[in-house]
Amino acid sequence: MADHALTDVREDIANVSGLRTIATDLASDRKAFKNVSWGKAMMWIFLLSDTFIFSCFLIAYMTARMSTTVPWPNPSEVFSLTIGGTSLPLLLIAIMTFVLISSSGTMAMAVNFGYRHDRRKTAALMLATALLGATFVGMQAFEWTKLIHEGVRPWTNPWGAAQFGSTFFMITGFHGTHVTFGVIFLLILARKVWRGDFDTQRRGFFTSRKGRYESVEIMGLYWHFVDLVWVFIFALFYLW
Amino acid sequence: MVDVPLGPGTIIPAEIEDVELYHPKSWVTKYVFSQDAKVIAVQYAIVALSVGVVALVLSWLMRLQLGFPGVFSFIDANAYYQFITMHGMMMVVYVLTALFLGGFGNYLIPLMIGARDMVFPYVNMLSFWIYFLAVLVLVASFFAPGGPTGAGWTLYPPQAILSGTPGGQDWGIILMLVSLMIFIIGFTMGGLNYVVTVLQARTRGMTLMRMPLTVWGIFTASFMALLAFPALFVGCVMMLFDRALGTSFFVPSIVEMGQPLDRSGGSPLLFQHLFWFFGHPEVYIVALPAFGIVSDLISTHARRNIFGYRMMVWALLAIGALSFVVWAHHMYVSGMNPSFGFFFATTTLIIAIPTAIKVYNWILTLWRGDIHLTVPMLFALAFIITFVNGGLTGLFLGNVVVDVPLSDTMFVVAHFHMVMGVAPILVIFGAIYHWYPKVTGRMLNDTLGKLHFWVTFLGAYAIFFPMHYLGLMGVPRRYYEIGEMSFVPPSAHTLNAFITIVALVVGATQMVFVFNLIWSLRHGRVAGGNPWRATTLEWQTPETPPPHGNWGKEQPVVYRWAYDYNVPGAEQDFIPQNQPATNTLPLMGLAHA
Repeated sequence: MADHALTDVREDIANVSGLRTIATDLASDRKAFKNVSWGKAMMWIFLLSDTFIFSCFLIAYMTARMSTTVPWPNPSEVFSLTIGGTSLPLLLIAIMTFVLISSSGTMAMAVNFGYRHDRRKTAALMLATALLGATFVGMQAFEWTKLIHEGVRPWTNPWGAAQFGSTFFMITGFHGTHVTFGVIFLLILARKVWRGDFDTQRRGFFTSRKGRYESVEIMGLYWHFVDLVWVFIFALFYLW
Repeated sequence: MVDVPLGPGTIIPAEIEDVELYHPKSWVTKYVFSQDAKVIAVQYAIVALSVGVVALVLSWLMRLQLGFPGVFSFIDANAYYQFITMHGMMMVVYVLTALFLGGFGNYLIPLMIGARDMVFPYVNMLSFWIYFLAVLVLVASFFAPGGPTGAGWTLYPPQAILSGTPGGQDWGIILMLVSLMIFIIGFTMGGLNYVVTVLQARTRGMTLMRMPLTVWGIFTASFMALLAFPALFVGCVMMLFDRALGTSFFVPSIVEMGQPLDRSGGSPLLFQHLFWFFGHPEVYIVALPAFGIVSDLISTHARRNIFGYRMMVWALLAIGALSFVVWAHHMYVSGMNPSFGFFFATTTLIIAIPTAIKVYNWILTLWRGDIHLTVPMLFALAFIITFVNGGLTGLFLGNVVVDVPLSDTMFVVAHFHMVMGVAPILVIFGAIYHWYPKVTGRMLNDTLGKLHFWVTFLGAYAIFFPMHYLGLMGVPRRYYEIGEMSFVPPSAHTLNAFITIVALVVGATQMVFVFNLIWSLRHGRVAGGNPWRATTLEWQTPETPPPHGNWGKEQPVVYRWAYDYNVPGAEQDFIPQNQPATNTLPLMGLAHA
């Protein structure tokens, strides 16, 4: 009795094609996105919301940069390291970017091994990702220290518009916080994978729900997003 | 892509996940740190309504000063601006947003779509407690040195930042900004839950186009809030930096108390853009759930299917999308590039089209309906009238040339309160009268309800209609004292005193409502499962109030849309959504969407 009204939805799906299929799928019962779990859907929507946060930060930065009355400091000079007497612009930033992008690679491999239920390799790759993330944050701390020693403060700097320091500390700080949270969650999740929580159906400490290897992929979504944001910060703050 | 072998244990995402419900064992996990959306909803509602009472009292104090200037010595200019600011911010964010999304969203979404709970109950619980923390921080500013901020609810810089102004002095502004940031974090947790629950956790047969409009409204609003609150969050972070660290995001070269400040290059306009990119969608974050709820109230109490269901859904979505491209109509007098005004006036007026579609459809739903003038219905009808009235003055203010002279007058106060203050509050009252029987199992007292309705409805008009005239006369808003301005006739002062007296009466009448809520809990008539003979799923639960898990053993199966009222050939004048089709009971409406 129950399936009478439900079947016509399914038949509809079989009979239409292309865009119609997408529309029918979206509007059907139970799930709008058929093969997407709750956790993954939630992460995607959260990332969309977070995109708006970083967009607002970056647009605000661009507005500030365009509306200041004093010249903007030259990023190539500010962010240069002097090694052996020669000044290498953006050297540290280049290494940081390389480290973070590499961590996306190890994360993607972790996701793959996660779906193969290879506990050890998954956990090891997640640890490697966390390590690279921590390295990134460490180098950022080094960069902050160097700039602070040179007299850069949120409210002033020796080279030009005060908004340079303000936006720099705010945006890199906010991104660095994202990376730090990512590292913390990577470590928590790597421990769970290592211990085999997802094989033994062990329940979570807070939520008392069973976890799944899919969590690794959801973690990966967040991590790739944080990397992607860095690409935009790199392009708009350091290269401009 | 690497091929993942489909070995044993490989995850194939299930068609639908089964909620692993957390089963509380103690009183604390059942009623305090509860993960049940229904309990969380009641917690949200109680806190939000309590904040509402505080904000109401603040509006009284404000009105006392405006109606009888100089009579009350404890209201000085500083206190007056603090009352304005806290009244506005509390009502808009901590009452209306929290009540519609946190309160009604939590209660109605799982029940109306046939789910057992929200998809992530633990996160949902955190959402409430973080909201509660935000409220505590906000209220703490009343007791902080210097009191709460007096920057006006829009917190415009530079006066919200500089220390010599009612806005920026002492601790108030810092606590306000921190509280808002906490609120946004808490809301994000809840909002993600509402959106994902609607998208991914509906019961069998509940297609998107069979969802009640209440769910559509709350869903669209939650999604909008997830995209709009980030702008406010960023604005708050930057302003906090400006206030606490001395950065100059929003501070231009400026002279304070005769002293040029050591700051330059910031843009006060930038904050206005960030604020209103949040602020305008916020109007619809509050209005869309109200639209949805009103559609359901009208349909149920007029015993008629909603007219143009599909158009109602598309209108909701269109309003939601358009509301992101109209924000600068709040800034016609801000000094932004005048040619922007043309664009934003156009988009603003375009919103009138989907909104008008909704109003026409409500009226056509009522047309030749079997209208029962129950208390929820009275509030719903009052909403339509009020929303149309408030919306019409919106057309005035949406046009640059009309807005410029009216912008800083009481006309704006009148418009804003009609359309975003009174109208949504009427829906909230109507919705509480409508769903209280499901939440508690008892009906609210009808006589008290009607008394509450008539005083509130007529009183609101007595308060806000005259303000339009004051505004057209040029009486400015936000002024502590109007004083002896040549263009303000003495009659304006009489009118102000009249408004104040009515405001006191209407405010006091809300205590009747509070009394009704508490009294009916024990002494109300026993409601039964479906007192309004409604079709939607929340009225079909096996027990009332619905127990933990909502549905007992089996989740309901949905066979029809939410509006099968007075179907020809049916035994009763309504067919619940979970009633299968038979030969004599055709599937009406959009059954085969």
